[in-house]
Amino acid sequence: MELDAKIPSGPLADKWDLHRFEMKLVNPANKRKHQVIVVGTGLAGASAAATMGELGYRVHAFTFHDSARRAHSIAAQGGINAAKNYQGDGDSIYRLFHDTVKGGDFRSREANVYRLAQLSLNIIDQAVAQGVPFAREYGGYLGNRSFGGAQVSRTFYARGQTGQQLLLGAYQAMERQVAAGTVIPHLRKEMLDVVVIDGAARGIITRDLGTGKIEAHVADAVVLATGGYSNAFFLSTNAMGCNVTASWRAHKRGAAFANPCFTQIHPTCIPQSGEYQSKLTLMSESLRNDGRIWVPVRAGDSRPPHEIPDAERDYYLERFYPSFGNLTPRDIASRRAKEMVDAGHGVGPGRNGVYLDFRDAIQRLGKKAISERYSNLFAMYEKITGEDPYTVPMRIYPAPHYTMGGLWVDYNLMTTVPGLFAIGEANFSDHGANRLGASALMQGLADGYFIVPLTVGNHLAEVAPGGVDADHPAFRDGVREVEEVQERLLAVNGNRTVDSFHQELGRLLWDLCGMSRSEAGLKEALAKLPELRESFWRDVRVPGSGDNLNQSLEKAGRVADFLEFAELLCWDALERDESCGAHYREEHTTPEGEALRDDERFSHGAVWEFSGVGHKPARHREELIFEHVPPSQRSYK
Amino acid sequence: MDFTLHVWRQGTPGSKGDFETYQAKNVAPSMSFLDMLDLVNEELTRDGGDPIAFEHDCREGICGSCGMMVNGMAHGPEDLVTVCQLHMRSFSDGDELWIEPWRADAFPVMRDLVVDRNAFDRIIESGGYISVRTGSAPDANAVPVPKPDADKAFDAAACIGCGACVAACPNASAMLFTAAKAGHLSYLPQGQPERYERAIQMVHQHDEEGFGNCTNHGACQEACPKGISVDYISRLNRDVLRARLAGVAFDST
Ligand SMILES: Cc1cc2nc3c(=O)[nH]c(=O)nc-3n(C[C@H](O)[C@H](O)[C@H](O)COP(=O)(O)OP(=O)(O)OC[C@H]3O[C@@H](n4cnc5c(N)ncnc54)[C@H](O)[C@@H]3O)c2cc1C
Ligand code: SF4
Ligand code: FES
Repeated sequence: MELDAKIPSGPLADKWDLHRFEMKLVNPANKRKHQVIVVGTGLAGASAAATMGELGYRVHAFTFHDSARRAHSIAAQGGINAAKNYQGDGDSIYRLFHDTVKGGDFRSREANVYRLAQLSLNIIDQAVAQGVPFAREYGGYLGNRSFGGAQVSRTFYARGQTGQQLLLGAYQAMERQVAAGTVIPHLRKEMLDVVVIDGAARGIITRDLGTGKIEAHVADAVVLATGGYSNAFFLSTNAMGCNVTASWRAHKRGAAFANPCFTQIHPTCIPQSGEYQSKLTLMSESLRNDGRIWVPVRAGDSRPPHEIPDAERDYYLERFYPSFGNLTPRDIASRRAKEMVDAGHGVGPGRNGVYLDFRDAIQRLGKKAISERYSNLFAMYEKITGEDPYTVPMRIYPAPHYTMGGLWVDYNLMTTVPGLFAIGEANFSDHGANRLGASALMQGLADGYFIVPLTVGNHLAEVAPGGVDADHPAFRDGVREVEEVQERLLAVNGNRTVDSFHQELGRLLWDLCGMSRSEAGLKEALAKLPELRESFWRDVRVPGSGDNLNQSLEKAGRVADFLEFAELLCWDALERDESCGAHYREEHTTPEGEALRDDERFSHGAVWEFSGVGHKPARHREELIFEHVPPSQRSYK
Repeated sequence: MDFTLHVWRQGTPGSKGDFETYQAKNVAPSMSFLDMLDLVNEELTRDGGDPIAFEHDCREGICGSCGMMVNGMAHGPEDLVTVCQLHMRSFSDGDELWIEPWRADAFPVMRDLVVDRNAFDRIIESGGYISVRTGSAPDANAVPVPKPDADKAFDAAACIGCGACVAACPNASAMLFTAAKAGHLSYLPQGQPERYERAIQMVHQHDEEGFGNCTNHGACQEACPKGISVDYISRLNRDVLRARLAGVAFDST
């Protein structure tokens, strides 16, 4: 497999500018003859569709939701980074670039990350012009906060709903183009395959979730903005509908998949309260600014928290990391919490959490100050758990949250299939082995508003519009294959529900390929996964039929894909025989128990090529070169 | 806890629906309302039945997907929550629960509790945006926004587009939604150039979609999970009036 990242030459700071000049342009009169399909209308997809519509392409925007505005992006709480330096505290494009490369534990591409930091400025301008109501100070200017342990205040936020407000901005920009006739929305349509003709992406196959109709759609380029795959773990902070189907089916058609084992576990989620639960709720990371994390010193201590005196509390993050304390990066905070719970120090009814305690902050700053900072989060916690965090410490536990891995893309965000692009969480680009807080929204919007509209144009300048239609055999075969998979799912008529399989898969991945991984565990997972997949196809029950709204059938298709994808996830975790960022291999730790990178052998992106379900995929590498941020060992002591 | 559920079942759009009765047994008080429905659906599926279709995604009150009438109340009996944030501890053991989809001509039922809310998208298409091309924005701090205005804009922008206001309204009016969307933009300096035309267009589209008239009942505000105030409706009405006086015409192109 040929992997050319197509990183432009020239100095780091000028690469994007020079590249924009070098890219080919589509003649304005030709633009409306070009059809572009965008799958997904989250921040990445909605912003891309809106912008390409403005540029004059004929854009078809697909989502399985009933409205573009419902995409999972809506749930992002904390904020979005940008190197505006409005606080004058020493931030700059270079600093954001540097922090992101380092935060990613030296497993991302410098050129991409630098471009991201540059574009962060434009995103905030664009959003404010659209009416996104970011927090403001009394003088009327924009406010910022420091987020996820960053040493500068570069995070823009909109109460606890930054994702919703940014998505509404992008969605409204897209609806404006719908009114103008340049964007055609295709709602409640789930993409189930990519159609590749003569090696290039020429369209997709979808199922209409209302009528069940399987349809072919032709285009000159296809952009996937279909989000991440944290729901492989069943329980995660992601919305219930998030899935890997679009990326996985593209992978099966030839798009390489990069670094699937880079999955981020978020430290501050509300612990599971029962077996029935299907979704975990994130509590914003900002709570760690004032809350202190602890567990009882004695394992199995079941006294209520206020009866446990300070001397019998273990503020373990403060103990392990005196200088960063409760603000250590996500991966470290998560792993340490798991260690405590595994060692029997867990708290709460399920003994599956650690305390996040505001007692001292309330004593120091007063209840009013704490309420001003966190009242909406405290109210949300109380709504869910029925406990009042002003008087009883919160209980938190880590949960799968974000996936850095995704479809491999070059600097133009094009996959290994010409004409097939991937943006937002669906691609693997900018976050390396670990994403910093408030950087996913930034990346999705940089990709969608500012990068892909131009790089798609560069590709289209080479493609004559039209040329194929839905009668092409590749489309007819695609429709037939999708129908066959659906018929097979409906025909099994076994004894177990789709969710029961998804749950079993999730537990297996969480135990063996979750927060910490080992060679033995991963091999065990790889041995068990084919069995689980076979029992799914033997024993699943999908009620109803294919010709109307059937939510069980929708889920079944997604779980079937997760069951195949899970093997790739484990292969990647097994072959990456080092620890880095969120990927923690028990065999590779420093004497202090931290992740130990192996730059000699693994300073590369692992890029996987599909070779059949149940067959070991082929591993290729994209070597990474660090010219500006020399790799160093992270230390938060 | 045990519950008796009477759930609206309807196979396809336009077909005749009816209530079916189910028992929900061994429900934990810490379950959310949708966890409880999941439990019923798992059992239905195992017993060879047809699970109840309902919309949901984020399960934390932000995506606006979920929504149903519970005992005649949109999103159920608690204030300021969506039905995915409603917990079973809000009910008493043995309660009977009547569960229905949103009822409104402009929200046709697709199946069981799932309705089609695309009319909301079309109201946005008619003018619920600020016309700014990607790349043409000035520096974000070029235009300061007084904090009280920013806060008012934000309170309106918190609308999640769930449709509870419509379901709660005796006239099935969507004025609270429309006013929230227009109100958000009308409080910001960036939203001023198109303010009056936007008001006219959006209210026109609202009526076109078949939503009823607002007769100041206030049931929408009661039902709204995000606490959107009816004051935004008065503001939108004033904007429409002002626009008409100033001769801003409805543009049908
Ligand atoms: C609870 C939570 C809080 C977060 N908070 C923050 C934060 O504060 N800051 C930050 O930077 N990041 C945050 N993140 C991460 C961030 O929200 C996501 O990474 C980002 O929004 C992903 O955007 P996206 O556009 O790539 O995909 P998504 O928003 O996931 O959109 C995917 C789209 O694809 C569609 N789709 C998927 N598959 C198909 C298919 N097969 N056919 C048709 N359509 C399909 C969906 O309908 C949807 O429209 C948070 C994440 C979570 C879970
Ligand atoms: S105004 Fe309130 S009830 Fe109506 S759609 Fe918006 S959030 Fe829902
Ligand atoms: S499921 Fe998203 S608001 Fe209820």
